[in-house]
Amino acid sequence: MTLVDFAAALVIPLLFPPLMLGVITRTKARIAGRRGPPLLQPYYDLARLLRKGVVRSRTTSWVFLAGPVVGMVTALLAASLVPIGARGALVSFPGDLVAFAYLLGLGRFFTIAAALDTGSAFEGMGASREAAFSCLAEPAAFFALIVLVKLSGSYSLGSMLGPDLAELWARGAPSLGLATVSLFIVLLAENSRIPFDDPTTHLELTMIHEVMVLDHSGPPFALILYGAAVKLFAYGLLLVRIATPFHVDAAALGIGVALAELLVLAIVVGVVESVMARLQLLRVPSLLVGASLLGAFGVMLLVG
Amino acid sequence: MLAFSGGGDELAFAAGFPGGALAVGLDPLSAVFLLPVAVLTAACGVYSLAYFPAADHPREAPRLRVSFGLSSAGLIVVLLARHSLVFLAGWEVMAIAAFFAVTAEDRDREVREAGFLYLVSTRASALCLLALFALHSAATGSFGLTPIGVGVVAPGIQSALFVLALVGFGLKAGLVPLHVWLPPAHAAAPTHVSALLSGVLIKSGIYGIVRVVSLLPDARPWWGEALLVAGVVSAVLGVAYALAQHDVKRLLAYHSVENIGIIAIGLGVALICRSTGRLDTAALALGGALLHVVNHALFKGLLFLGAGAVIQRTGTRSLDALGGIAAAMPATAIFFLVGAVAIVGLPPLNGFVSELLIYSGLLRVVASGAGEVWLLAALSAPALALVGGLALACFAKVVGSVFLGAPRHRSVSRGKDAPAAMLAPMAALACLCAAIGVVPFAFAPALAAASAVALRAPLASLDAPFAAISIVSLAALALCAAVGLALRARLARAPLEAAGTWDCGYAEPSARMQYSASSFAEPLVRVFSFALLPSVYSPRLTPIFPGPAAFHSEVVDAALDRILMPVVRAFADFARRLRVLQQGSVHAYLLYVWLALIALLAVTGATE
Repeated sequence: MTLVDFAAALVIPLLFPPLMLGVITRTKARIAGRRGPPLLQPYYDLARLLRKGVVRSRTTSWVFLAGPVVGMVTALLAASLVPIGARGALVSFPGDLVAFAYLLGLGRFFTIAAALDTGSAFEGMGASREAAFSCLAEPAAFFALIVLVKLSGSYSLGSMLGPDLAELWARGAPSLGLATVSLFIVLLAENSRIPFDDPTTHLELTMIHEVMVLDHSGPPFALILYGAAVKLFAYGLLLVRIATPFHVDAAALGIGVALAELLVLAIVVGVVESVMARLQLLRVPSLLVGASLLGAFGVMLLVG
Repeated sequence: MLAFSGGGDELAFAAGFPGGALAVGLDPLSAVFLLPVAVLTAACGVYSLAYFPAADHPREAPRLRVSFGLSSAGLIVVLLARHSLVFLAGWEVMAIAAFFAVTAEDRDREVREAGFLYLVSTRASALCLLALFALHSAATGSFGLTPIGVGVVAPGIQSALFVLALVGFGLKAGLVPLHVWLPPAHAAAPTHVSALLSGVLIKSGIYGIVRVVSLLPDARPWWGEALLVAGVVSAVLGVAYALAQHDVKRLLAYHSVENIGIIAIGLGVALICRSTGRLDTAALALGGALLHVVNHALFKGLLFLGAGAVIQRTGTRSLDALGGIAAAMPATAIFFLVGAVAIVGLPPLNGFVSELLIYSGLLRVVASGAGEVWLLAALSAPALALVGGLALACFAKVVGSVFLGAPRHRSVSRGKDAPAAMLAPMAALACLCAAIGVVPFAFAPALAAASAVALRAPLASLDAPFAAISIVSLAALALCAAVGLALRARLARAPLEAAGTWDCGYAEPSARMQYSASSFAEPLVRVFSFALLPSVYSPRLTPIFPGPAAFHSEVVDAALDRILMPVVRAFADFARRLRVLQQGSVHAYLLYVWLALIALLAVTGATE
């Protein structure tokens, strides 16, 4: 890992993620025929929230503030485990894909606990849905990663997603294709996008992630928004690397390509959100189980 | 210390017994299992001084203390035994003493029923073990529990020994569908007994499986596959049942079934790899399973003790009646939260380390891609991930509905935290959970030595990323502390306003309108309804102004009623038919003796 790589791996997950949210919003606005807010609006929002005061519910305890903090920190740590492009990740070790999933799990646990800390029926409802849906998304993500483990013969993200990825596609394209689709569904579910959740909805009864953070305001809410962006970035990085297995040798160029791909992914998410309606909540589990089955078929195709 | 570093010692004394000198010994494998027994027995003992004081329970307390100590002592004998008779004697003392500990409050009908179910299953388990050790000594010609040499015992006999061990010890450990005694017994026992039962006593089953397999020279691949499948089924069903419980102690008991399943997954992978000669991977998975044994003792003990403090304070075990206890019992709440994060397997605590090792074993089998067994591992790893997600949902439910939110129960609104004698053991267990999570490499040599004994192979160390785990854990802790402090400093300067919880414009929210534990779990219970078979009693609201109505749902364990009881009933029917032979007439019995004699002569004549 060169100095450039190291600096990039340290700085990019900190600065880049909110831009993806900006691109998604802009895409949706364009498709709807509006001009939309500036691309950098998420950064302005974060700056504004950080300056604001806080309203806290009298029911809450320290757990209410721990939710945003742990959620953001774990998203950053998870992002630091995923290599940017084919370059090495900040931290890489055998089994780091498990650490990736479980770090995000830690963040989810505290986000749910913070929601339940308010004692609100609505936030409890959102927490319950979040717990149920991400629990069903977990096996789908693991099936997708296991396809890579089997093909690459290694179980650290660094070598699974390394320079040889193109060669893995040559050997197991159908499986990797299914894994990519399954991972895209997981990305939408875990980041509360349509068709699982509508981040712009105005009816609390139909929300998932938004309703969990109803009572947060000011700087803690900024941490939540930022953490959500980093989580999208982390999953996105994983997905675009698997979907586009090119190896660019030059450090700076490789990182640039990866970031450009992330922006394309943001546009794709924006298009999906524009052309699809959200699913009925009772149907969500079937879609997630379907994603797991896609991954399972991907694994089955590798038999023999 | 010597045993942890790979040494060992044996002590034998000649008694006037058949079967040679009665031997006890300590090796690294026993040591790994002994450590949690010592820690948890001490913790629960101290806890019981405040939880179950003799002054309040003059009738039960003396009996409970004796049986509590005896069951722990019996377990220690089991772990040290190197002679099958010593093992069985320790096993019986442990099992019977635990029965008296479970039924300490036997004025309750529910407690007596749970105790009876426990007694029946522990007898069934003892019968299997009797058969196991009888077959073992017949095949080896000795009662000694020492490794059997290659070629001494036929492979078929070895497989029979394995199956007997799996059933006999599986009953004690609580592998599905043999787990039926476990939830009622844990719910009925005084909480510190539940902690000991769940933390270490059921691990005697795991120890038995590991020890017996370590004695057998030729492990077949299907042994490991059977154990792996049993582990996956136990883990998934255990956590799914846990999610559907309303009783906090029953819920924790089902999590023991889940964790025993996770341990069995590790053991299964280790056995598969041992039988195919991949010792590095076997050691990794086995090290994970053994570490999970220790970890589960620590965090499950911690969770039971925390739940006990809440139960003592509020007098209820029902999740839907609790809420907001963190305000009145802040220290208990923090310790319980630590236990919850640990049991879900999240970094930076100990559960993450052992689960990562077990995952590593599974993923290595997938990566090596040898044979067809990789497919089994490739299907088990996502199942383990599902278990992790379900456990997270379940403990979010418990922490949220017991400790967070507004109090649903009158008795919790004010008062003091649990007494020091109850908090100190919890603090000690929580610190141990954190220590294993942050500096796992300190425990690695002991695990490697124990794995070497169980795998019958020399092993220097475990090939696991302990340093990286440590870095991730420390980074998570340090960053959370830094961001938390920064946020606190920022909030100290910000205009802070306190208000009621936003309930979307509703004028008068009350604590009873909070999302209850059952509602929280409902989406997942619905997904798993094919296995859980929930019974829902929902009222029909017909008129325009319906009267008061109640909704109620519960999940009854199907394994006892639908799997085990039919088997028992069929056996009882068979026995009833045999009753024709037993008429109490001496003439008929003489006829039987004569027939048996003829039959024996015929058999021996035919074989010679």
